[in-house]
Amino acid sequence: MSKFAKKKDGELPAVSTASLPDIVFMLLFFFMTVTVMKDSSLKVKNELPVASEIKKLEKKERVITIFVGSPNREFQKTFGSEPKIQLNDKFASPNEVGDYILMERAKKSQELQNVLTTSLKVDKDANMGLISDIKMELRKVNALKVNYTTGSGDAFSNLQ
Amino acid sequence: MARRGGAPEVSAGSMADIAFLLLIFFLVTTTIETDAGLDRMLPPIEPPDTDVIIKERNIFQVLINKNGQLLADDNQIELKDLRAKAIEFLDNNGDGSCNYCQGKKDPESSDNPTKAIISLKNDRETKYSTYITVQNELVGAYNELRNREALKRYKRTFVELEADFLNPETKESLGETEYEELKAKVKKIQELYPQKLSEAETSSSN
Repeated sequence: MSKFAKKKDGELPAVSTASLPDIVFMLLFFFMTVTVMKDSSLKVKNELPVASEIKKLEKKERVITIFVGSPNREFQKTFGSEPKIQLNDKFASPNEVGDYILMERAKKSQELQNVLTTSLKVDKDANMGLISDIKMELRKVNALKVNYTTGSGDAFSNLQ
Repeated sequence: MARRGGAPEVSAGSMADIAFLLLIFFLVTTTIETDAGLDRMLPPIEPPDTDVIIKERNIFQVLINKNGQLLADDNQIELKDLRAKAIEFLDNNGDGSCNYCQGKKDPESSDNPTKAIISLKNDRETKYSTYITVQNELVGAYNELRNREALKRYKRTFVELEADFLNPETKESLGETEYEELKAKVKKIQELYPQKLSEAETSSSN
């Protein structure tokens, strides 16, 4: 009984903050690992189709992304509702794709320039005509490695 | 009973351990989301110097019209049958030169998987989702054949082998010689069933 009471003398000690850095670092690391950097805001509807035979797109620095989809509602007044290409932050026409790829390629370091992949993030309601134009432009600038970026799932669910 | 002394100091020595424990737990359980998709190589724009003559029986032509209907070698087929049809074509072994094939040896179909070419053509108004589904089925056909062969030879599916091969961590964990071995296996299977998927320019509507 008195065993516990005995110790209660003296001032109220301050709570040790020695572990605070650990906790902060822990949170920091946690958020560092789970956050995905988003470098450009999407201005188009981008609902990717799904596929089952997919391969992971390893190494972010080797990827150039092209978005395709119909413009979001706030842009529909100026750009219409037909699917458009988005490069970085702005809408573009198919013949600008080649220049964009060359520009992005020039930004990368020398040894990466030959192993770049173009990731096509295309909305599932887009038509192939636009995609064919993009593919033609990519062939013109010799960016032959493409990845049709998709979600994972049963491919037949695309058709509904 | 006024508290004279106040609470004893809480030992914080183990706090760091707890923090690290949590940190390691989250590090292990969270996966960074990576994009995934179907890898394709586009044909180079310069035509090859020499015209290669390909026998018609070695080409499997897939046409998608604007309504998403399929025409495979002049027969209209359902999308769900495409994979089986493609496998049948690739694995046919018409001239009997392929000792690992299990096909029907139909003289009207492909000679050898290394010669078989799938040609995919689509309309400008084909929907992208249909196109992706068709691509997925064709890649699936190749993967199925490759898996079968890899299982027979190496007791592992090709998809697993390739995923290991492409994973940047494998090189460190396996060591140089085993990594080379893995690379050789992947290349060997790719040689047996090369992915020859040609995408011609799209035809205009009508």
